[in-house]
Amino acid sequence: MSEQDRPKHASPERPGLAALRGRLEGARGPEFWRSLEELAGDEAFQELLHREFPRQASEWTEGLDRRRFLQLAGASLALAGLACTRQPLERIVPYVRQPEEIIPGRPQFYATAMTLGGYALGLLVESHEGRPTKVEGNPQHPASLGATNAFAQAAVLGLYDPDRSQLLLKLGEISTWASFLESLRGRLQAQRSLKGAGLRILTETVTSPTLAAQIRSLLALYPKAKWHQYEPAGRDMARLGARMAFGRFVETRFDFGKADVVFSLDADFPAAGPGAVRYTRDFTDRRRRRDGRAAQGRLYVVESAPTLAGTLADHHVTVRAGEVPVLAQALAAALEVPGVPRPAAAPASPFVTAAAADLRAHAGRSLVLAGEYAPPEVHALAHAMNHHLGNAGATVLHTDPVEAEPVDQAASLGELVGEMRAGHVDILAILGGNPVFTAPADFRFGEALGKVPLRIHLNGERDETAEYCHWHVPEAHFLEAWSDARAHDGTATVIQPLIAPLYGGRSAHELLSVFTDDTPRSGYDTVRDFWRGRTGTAGFEAFWRKALHDGVVPGTALPSRTLPLLASAVPEAVAAIALAGAAEAKASLAGQETCELVFRPDPTIHDGRFANNGWLQELPKPLSSLTWDNAAFIGPAAAARTGLVNGAVVEIVAGGKSVQAPVWILPGHPDGSMTVTLGYGRRKSGRVAKGAGFDPYVLRDSTAPWLLPKVSFRPTGEHRALAATQHHFNMEGRDLVRVATLEEMRADPECIKRMGETPPKDQNLYPGFAYPGQAWGMAIDLSACTGCNACVVACQAENNIPVVGKEQVLRGREMHWLRVDRYYQGDPEDPETHHQPVMCMHCEQAPCEVVCPVGATNHNSEGLNVMVYNRCVGTRYCSNNCPYKVRRFNFLKYNDETTPVLKLLHNPDVTVRSRGVMEKCTYCVQRINEARIDSEREGRDLRDGEITTACQQACPSQAIVFGDINDGKSRVSAWKSEPSGYGLLEGLNTRPRTTYLAKLRNPNPALRPDKGRDRG
Amino acid sequence: MKTPAVPRLYGLMAEFSSPHDLLAAAGRARQAGYRRMDAFTPFPIEELSEALGHRKSRVPLIVLVGAIVGALSGYALQYWVSAVSYPINIGGRPYNSWPAFIPVTFELAILVAGISAVLGMLALNGLPMPHHPVFNVPRFALASRDRYFLCIEARDARFDRAATGEFLKSLKASEVSDVEL
Amino acid sequence: MENRTTNYRSPLIAPGYTTSTVTDKISAVVLARTPRWWYVGFGVTFLLVMMLLYAIAHLFAVGIGIWGVNVPVAWGWAITNFVWWMGIGHAGTLITAILLLLRQAWRNSINRFAEAMTLFAVACAGIYPLLHLGRPWVFYWLFPYPSTLGIWPQFRSPLVWDVFAVSTYATISLLFWYVGLIPDLATLRDRSKKRVAQIGYGILAMGWRGSARHWHNYESAYLMLAGLATPLVVSVHSVVSFDFAAGIVPGWHSTVFPPYFVAGAIYSGFAMVLTLAIPLRRIFGLEDFITLRHLQNMAKVMLATGLIVAYGYLMEFFMAWYSGDMYERYVSLNRMFGPYAFQFWALIACNILAPQALWLRRVRSSPPVLFAIAIVVNVGMWLERYVIIVTSLHRDFLPSSWGMYSGTIWDWATFIGTLGLFLALMFLFIRFLPMISIFEMRTMVPEANVEETPR
Repeated sequence: MSEQDRPKHASPERPGLAALRGRLEGARGPEFWRSLEELAGDEAFQELLHREFPRQASEWTEGLDRRRFLQLAGASLALAGLACTRQPLERIVPYVRQPEEIIPGRPQFYATAMTLGGYALGLLVESHEGRPTKVEGNPQHPASLGATNAFAQAAVLGLYDPDRSQLLLKLGEISTWASFLESLRGRLQAQRSLKGAGLRILTETVTSPTLAAQIRSLLALYPKAKWHQYEPAGRDMARLGARMAFGRFVETRFDFGKADVVFSLDADFPAAGPGAVRYTRDFTDRRRRRDGRAAQGRLYVVESAPTLAGTLADHHVTVRAGEVPVLAQALAAALEVPGVPRPAAAPASPFVTAAAADLRAHAGRSLVLAGEYAPPEVHALAHAMNHHLGNAGATVLHTDPVEAEPVDQAASLGELVGEMRAGHVDILAILGGNPVFTAPADFRFGEALGKVPLRIHLNGERDETAEYCHWHVPEAHFLEAWSDARAHDGTATVIQPLIAPLYGGRSAHELLSVFTDDTPRSGYDTVRDFWRGRTGTAGFEAFWRKALHDGVVPGTALPSRTLPLLASAVPEAVAAIALAGAAEAKASLAGQETCELVFRPDPTIHDGRFANNGWLQELPKPLSSLTWDNAAFIGPAAAARTGLVNGAVVEIVAGGKSVQAPVWILPGHPDGSMTVTLGYGRRKSGRVAKGAGFDPYVLRDSTAPWLLPKVSFRPTGEHRALAATQHHFNMEGRDLVRVATLEEMRADPECIKRMGETPPKDQNLYPGFAYPGQAWGMAIDLSACTGCNACVVACQAENNIPVVGKEQVLRGREMHWLRVDRYYQGDPEDPETHHQPVMCMHCEQAPCEVVCPVGATNHNSEGLNVMVYNRCVGTRYCSNNCPYKVRRFNFLKYNDETTPVLKLLHNPDVTVRSRGVMEKCTYCVQRINEARIDSEREGRDLRDGEITTACQQACPSQAIVFGDINDGKSRVSAWKSEPSGYGLLEGLNTRPRTTYLAKLRNPNPALRPDKGRDRG
Repeated sequence: MKTPAVPRLYGLMAEFSSPHDLLAAAGRARQAGYRRMDAFTPFPIEELSEALGHRKSRVPLIVLVGAIVGALSGYALQYWVSAVSYPINIGGRPYNSWPAFIPVTFELAILVAGISAVLGMLALNGLPMPHHPVFNVPRFALASRDRYFLCIEARDARFDRAATGEFLKSLKASEVSDVEL
Repeated sequence: MENRTTNYRSPLIAPGYTTSTVTDKISAVVLARTPRWWYVGFGVTFLLVMMLLYAIAHLFAVGIGIWGVNVPVAWGWAITNFVWWMGIGHAGTLITAILLLLRQAWRNSINRFAEAMTLFAVACAGIYPLLHLGRPWVFYWLFPYPSTLGIWPQFRSPLVWDVFAVSTYATISLLFWYVGLIPDLATLRDRSKKRVAQIGYGILAMGWRGSARHWHNYESAYLMLAGLATPLVVSVHSVVSFDFAAGIVPGWHSTVFPPYFVAGAIYSGFAMVLTLAIPLRRIFGLEDFITLRHLQNMAKVMLATGLIVAYGYLMEFFMAWYSGDMYERYVSLNRMFGPYAFQFWALIACNILAPQALWLRRVRSSPPVLFAIAIVVNVGMWLERYVIIVTSLHRDFLPSSWGMYSGTIWDWATFIGTLGLFLALMFLFIRFLPMISIFEMRTMVPEANVEETPR
């Protein structure tokens, strides 16, 4: 059509459908993305891009005028066009390697590993026709034992994130790998002559043997070059503590399986640190009741803010972070660790005395943990106590560092910044990480970075740092690239990709190879060659195949070594504590609006690296149940005193810098203290992270990374709506979570059952149905559940559950099929916290089914409460009539079917629900059917444990068991027959198939009446 | 078969100004042996149909049958659907959950009964009938206002144009007119 | 319909009327030229109907999410409005049917437009169950029809009972109304001068001649319909109440619901009849037909049903306490003192306190005050349904999933839209059909007393 007769809406500024299509036709491979960029300039397309992410849900409600409708229609059609041109990009998946393995419809599992803070978590990743769709733990991997954490579960969404960096950029302009190489070559030549005096490499924590070897060879090539490391949520405290205790960097790992008494000094072991998943498993296995026998072990927790460990504890005290060291000293003194004077004034002395006695009674079978974020002196003291108790070598194992090059990272980064300022740095290669956003504020990293003539940034996200760098190279996702990494015990895993880079990303290995090799080598070759070098060529192929297959490299676990404690350790620690104590005293937080400020990595987006992951953003944060935001947590007392309410925005001022943060009141949070989580308030990010939360990094100081002794705050009078998924944390005296102590159970095994009414089976108007054959059921052990939420993300990934966005969560429309309820008991200043995972109970007498006018939800022959999506008309009566409120409704079209790349994410075995239908937990019926088909093909019965639901599989503490309740020998039957077993709201006679094991505690008799557990 | 000469006659129509006169006239006419006659009034007068010797209305019977048919078919439908055609385990309830089937059974009984009442009434009245000879009488329009009419049909055995006319005049009829076919 | 002579304190029709004057006066309203105010009124309400259509279009295009509903409160304004409109409808049937059986002659002048009100209210109510579906385009799955899927409705669900109750109610009301109209249509046929009108009314009148045989069967059928409509009207709102009573939700699961829902329905219905009758009699100068005594009688009915409703509330709270069920108890307390306490106390004020004024004869005989009270009761009855639905759902069994609810602008638009629809239909009705039953009024003029025939 000519210019004149072209209709209005197709003017050059806003191209019409024809124009869009025109641009797209013939677009292939690289150019295709370029044309997407062009399109992105177009308003209609911006709208659509915005819609790609669940925020669109909110959008839609704001009316839909005809013009915008046309724009959206046009743009989405344009994307449909794109979908075709994607094919070449998808060809390069494992098909190419081993086509004969592919059975259409049958997923394959590949062993690999995900690193967080450098440490590996072994995974088995499910792949459908070459699309990674679901992450499971690798049972053979020491850090996983088959379980995972929320981060790993959400990794697949991270892989397909359409906002991932997709273009090699030069000064923000699209460039090519070739031109990058060429422009770098010249500079490297210059560095050669200077022995690399101006060359600096900045990485995050590195455990990868291959990467370490590459960097070392680089340093050999450029002797004057330097390698710096910085991890915003790193382990400096543990490192320095170890150095204080042993004079050198030492890796410490724990054997909870042998520990009868565990004392945690602000250590959130189920959530933080490299071994968290493994430790959770060992800890709960140690305590787990079997055939009704009593649980063993006892946990004391000192926490500076409510933690998951605290919720597991038999006894916990909450003190300000600033008081933790003194308390540690008090404990050491009570344990009579030589050279430790009893501190003048220590909080919670009866608690400490009793715990000390308990620890001593279990010398050699006890464990003293120092928190990841507790100051070095606490770590040093913990080492001293473990030595003194003879735990070292028994429950506490010291090994050589797992890290390739442990350093004091804050110092390392400080040194780099200093040199950058001084202009000594000519080339800085930032391999991963986002230091411009995460570096301590006092370094003013961005400003210093500006003085470097050539800045190269490798990261998966076009983030704040990318903005500051000449070159930005998109980094390949760990599911896209070859690498290796080591677990907390040193076990190495070869990280193998499941899919070729979607967006042409490069791995750190490939980038480093540019510095060292004349012809850059592929990541595959680099990693293989490294291991060939290790094992020798003989039998390497066999070794390689086995390593890949198992997901662990045999014999790489580090041996435990006995290390003498330095004589200086204890005095040094005590002195440091005294110093800190003095500072504390000076701080004097009596004042109305001053307090200490505690920094913690965010439980769902960590240090900000997962900020653009919708699953993790919408994952309710443990304890606060907040989504899409971070907040400044304060205690009820502080709230009462200052009159602050949830969402009230305060300005936090420290050292001339300030942030505005909404307040959230967290029962059990100490007074005079405020806790903020890192990673939010991203300035340059993808669409998901945009506008979420505030940025505490601007207050963070290199000298005090985790605790500012004194900040002042003042209410601004503004208010920010915070989207929590749970608003009421009081059980209202209902028997929802039943709690008892072991003594009570021993004295009266029926005490749990008697806490609620259980109607007899025959008390019924109708005869009821029989379930011959399998009858599926589930049991959940509330003593084991740590509330880590890994199951929630696992469920979301397995069942194609959409993300709805903050606005919809605020309206109470989150879609999670499985939620972890939290209830507080007792004094709000120091409550007992209980977690209760709740999903569809599959009631045998389901109230939801009776009221459905079209029979869209009904029972199958195995007692599953099945939901027939395509029959559902959406009256929502079933949800009203569900006493557990586990049904979720598609109030709007939540499922994104327009973004091509997100189509790859879906689990092909699970229907994608559309607008207007109800959905809910299915007990992972697709897994049940798959197992049944297998058993039928092999002509055998289903084996117990053959079917695991997604939540069960992910659970680090194995708190969930699923199986056939008709089979008396099945694990689930055994659990259900425990005296502490009960059903939620049994009194309604719904006959839930999912039942719970009460939460049993083992309090120290010496500490009665045990605080916080006053019932009612 | 009608002969063009004299317009064929449906009957004779007498007009009265009060219901009392009409009632009286109807009675007298019946005594006089007239059977094929009908009266027209602007509002229902119970006594009139007695005076004219009309049989009891059969509408109630029709309604009863309708109610029974509705109830039976209502329950049958639900039983067949829930227990025979496509039985599903709904919340552990039996296929034939009779207590839950009562409301629909009842509603269907009412529905069918109500419809049969109306259709029955129309049928018994021979409605709808767009045209009828009595409308040929110009003043008949007042039958729906304030006039009362008695019509003796020509088909009546004792009908004789002259005699019947005289007879009607004698009944205080304000006017007697031919009703032509 | 014999025995029209009843010795009342004051006459049901002003003296001096004859069948002819009654006929002329009422039919004149229809046959006269259309007054200007009618165009204005109809125009305004028509615009509201357009707004309704827009709201519905937006709803279908975007989804139920434009409303305030969520989990746990998955029902909100839509069901509130449904129950409210259904209730209003009930007064019409009550007046036409029950009062007929009770030989309450005073009903004759109000039953016609009360019945019309029923039809229009049911029409408005009927929209909501369809709109509130997540997938309204498959609403017909609730009806039993042979489909290739071979699946049927689930007859244990109160929503299916609703489908049958409401559609039966609509059908019977329509028939009842039309049958009542036939003789008057004949009158209009005979009285109208315009050819179009004559043909139009003629077709509708189906050739009614008012013959003795006609009247004979007619009366019988009319009584039969009345006899059927009476249990029907009771059953319909009982079934509506089952939507709640059959659920296990605390605050819903209660045996007192059916009776007090029916009472409440009649209560709100009479309120609406007054709301319409008082202005109508004024505008059309029909004070002679809809006399003060009519208003007083309706006021008395309101007072009586209002007290029954109050008793229902009382019983609900008593049973919550007496049952000892902790969930029921919590819901009761939460209603009175929880986040929705304002709506609750407002409803108590509107439904229980305000109507107590009707004990006073002075109040009962002052149309303006009656009108005000009627409006208040209409609001109160809407609030009642809102409180029952929202306060029960927003805090049920598991505190973890407690939530809050509030309607959005789209909820408002839809509700006001149906008010517009209702009034627009009313305007059409009073313009084109006799709003008072002419033939039944004729039976009330002195000359119609055939019994005491002077022999």
